[in-house]
Amino acid sequence: MSDHTLDKLPGGYKGMAADMSSDQTTFKGVQWGKTMMWIFLLSDTFIFSCFLISYMKGRASTVVDWPNPSEVFALHVGGVPVPLLLIAIMTFVLITSSGTMALAVKYGYERNRKKCAWLILATAIGGLTFVGMQAFEWSKLIHEGVRPWENPFGAKQFGSFFFMITGFHGTHVSIGVIFLFIFARKTFRGDFDTGKRGFFTTMKSDYVAIEILGLYWHFVDLVWVFIFAFFYLW
Amino acid sequence: MSDDYKENITPLEAQSSESTTESSDSIKDIDYVRPAEVADQDLYHGHSFITKWIFCQDAKVIGVQYFLTAVFTGIVGLILSWLMRLQLGFPELVPFITAEHYYQFVTMHGMIMVVYFLTALFLGGFGNYLIPLMVGARDMVFPYVNMVSFWMFFIAVCVLMASFFVPGGPTGAGWTLYPPQAILEGTPGAGLGIILMLVSLSLFVIGFTMGGLNYLITVLQARTRGMTLMRMPLSVWGIVTATALAMLAFPALLVSCIMMTLDKVLETSFFMPTILKAGEVLDYGGGSPILFQHLFWFFGHPEVYIVALPAFGIVSDLISVHARKNIFGYRMMVWAIVGIGALSFFVWAHHMYVSGMNPWFGFFFATTTLIIAVPTALKVYNWIITLWKANIRMNTIMLFTLGFIVTFVNGGITGIFLGNVVVDVPLSDTYFVIAHFHMVMGIAPLMVIMGAVYHWFPLVTGRMLSEKLGKWHFWFTFLGAYSIYFPMHYLGFIGVPRRYFEMYDSPYVTSAVGMNEFITVAALIVGLSQFIFIYNIVVSLRIGKPAGRNPWKANSLEWLTPEVPPAHGNWGEKLPVVHRWPYDFNVPGAKEDYITQTTPPSEVLGAEVEKT
Repeated sequence: MSDHTLDKLPGGYKGMAADMSSDQTTFKGVQWGKTMMWIFLLSDTFIFSCFLISYMKGRASTVVDWPNPSEVFALHVGGVPVPLLLIAIMTFVLITSSGTMALAVKYGYERNRKKCAWLILATAIGGLTFVGMQAFEWSKLIHEGVRPWENPFGAKQFGSFFFMITGFHGTHVSIGVIFLFIFARKTFRGDFDTGKRGFFTTMKSDYVAIEILGLYWHFVDLVWVFIFAFFYLW
Repeated sequence: MSDDYKENITPLEAQSSESTTESSDSIKDIDYVRPAEVADQDLYHGHSFITKWIFCQDAKVIGVQYFLTAVFTGIVGLILSWLMRLQLGFPELVPFITAEHYYQFVTMHGMIMVVYFLTALFLGGFGNYLIPLMVGARDMVFPYVNMVSFWMFFIAVCVLMASFFVPGGPTGAGWTLYPPQAILEGTPGAGLGIILMLVSLSLFVIGFTMGGLNYLITVLQARTRGMTLMRMPLSVWGIVTATALAMLAFPALLVSCIMMTLDKVLETSFFMPTILKAGEVLDYGGGSPILFQHLFWFFGHPEVYIVALPAFGIVSDLISVHARKNIFGYRMMVWAIVGIGALSFFVWAHHMYVSGMNPWFGFFFATTTLIIAVPTALKVYNWIITLWKANIRMNTIMLFTLGFIVTFVNGGITGIFLGNVVVDVPLSDTYFVIAHFHMVMGIAPLMVIMGAVYHWFPLVTGRMLSEKLGKWHFWFTFLGAYSIYFPMHYLGFIGVPRRYFEMYDSPYVTSAVGMNEFITVAALIVGLSQFIFIYNIVVSLRIGKPAGRNPWKANSLEWLTPEVPPAHGNWGEKLPVVHRWPYDFNVPGAKEDYITQTTPPSEVLGAEVEKT
């Protein structure tokens, strides 16, 4: 009667019905922290959706022309404006950091402490690079006179929405980077192997925490894909 | 992933209290319950006064902290309503109530009561106390985050209260905070007041998210053995569905708060159209005030159900226990709660019929709004059928639940009027609206809260509240609240507009003045009678009759802890094992009129219990 081993559970719709009608846990074998992160990300999705829908509404209803993104965001290389150059690099870096994060999770579960830690560090550095390039882009736009309250290239909502939404996303990335550095240190120190208790929460460390942080990191990257599409490609 | 999970299994089977090895093959043991899947929770036990009572990680203490903070804000809201009523009933009687102050009172009263009082009380207060106990968990799944959640709420309340003392006072934009007027000069508190309001709301959302994740994960992943979703008390269903709504609705509030703060502080124009002020064009331009209304009501309407669903759930339990009968149509009640929750995301623009949006849009939202009446009516019928031929104990708690049904039906019916576009348009912004939502989401949930306090006070403190004072409290509150809000329907029909500081020489004055005076007197009496309640609580804490174990002879787990009031960790050595739903009252063939959730089937062999 050990019906709680994962591979003996029925699959498909039957399995879903069985999970929903069972006792104790609804998502079998999923740790509390992981469930929490998924539900938090669902909530966060609603935040970004509200931002992006407001942006669409603002952009659709403005009476002044919206600036042309391929001109505003272009970089000048040798005097020639190259549209989307910086943003392509930024997106590449962020998506790559998702890859290193996924590898870190894999090595974490394989108890390969060193590789896992280095990959987390690589992810953190990727995130930091992204934030750095975003800071560069912000300062470039600010030098050109774009402000949250005004915009020399057209509708003033451009500046407002751009700084607000990329700023909110950048805050997410920065929080992620901070946690990545903390986790890199914890992994190097071996906290996840020894189950050392957390400084604030007094809960035992576990490699699943890396996967949970990974979920957050992938989510932040996914959101960036939408922001990229709506701001730079529209 | 799965490897990681399997490693935990051996110690778990050893730990589970009932043996699963021999009996399973030979004889089907009727008392069999699946062994534990998850290791027992690792808890931090505080030892000092600070870790036990202030920065406490015990959900029960956090629940009481939430409850007391929410009640404090509720009293502030009550006093503000008195001041408003004084002005309306006896204009110019109180010299310091100016028009500006009146608007500030209206705004703060609304925001405090809806968000900081009712939401925090139901989800933070009852949710924290009841969820772990009712599902058989040792605590919330993330006790530390839960503690931070309360302190965020506490800071949010402090920021909100601070706005009373800043230059210009609190915001007076109405609780809906509609731009552009909310942040423009001329509205009371358009300086620091509105900023503090927006910051406070944002903090509330952040704090709530931490708590809400706890409530959801505890119910989804930390139930005890045998506790299936369909064996949970309806209180838990109501609270957890409301939490799910809040997790999806508060983002819209957070976003609108951030955008309006930027409009105010950085002079962006998200919500601000081109504005001509005294012949001068302001710096704003190109924004959409309607966008704010959509965002606000995408939060605001689910918010109504965030308050109502826990009340629905709790009242079902109160009725069932005190009528000694199982709740009629338990599964129907669960699906009604879930259905109302889902529908509540598709009705928001019925608050905006007169905002100038496309009438066809209004047609859609009228349809969805009226569809909500179906599951709601199901619930009302089920409550009434539960009472039918039941062994009703006419105590204070039952009185409050009956009061809830009456006021809720009353408010629900006026809701059907207001849900229809053509009926709503003439009634918009009149006292009819005030009467409607105070009946349905003010008085009705309050009736449940009071009933719930009388019900669970013995559990929390180990002492009973005074029945005599309780009955006085009920009749003052119930009849008084009716005297306040019933006449308001009439005021609305004759067209008295809401949010007006004074009627001056309008024709409303002559026909409405007596009624306004009457309402004000009733409001003062109802408000004062709440102090009977507070007196009852304070006195009963010290000299109330000791409650003992399970004084109401209820079935649900919270009454079955080894210690009363429950200690940290709730269950002592071993977690309870659940064999049935919590509604086995007056089962034919059973010795007693109740069978607790932990009673194994072998002990009640002859009883015709429901299969759950």
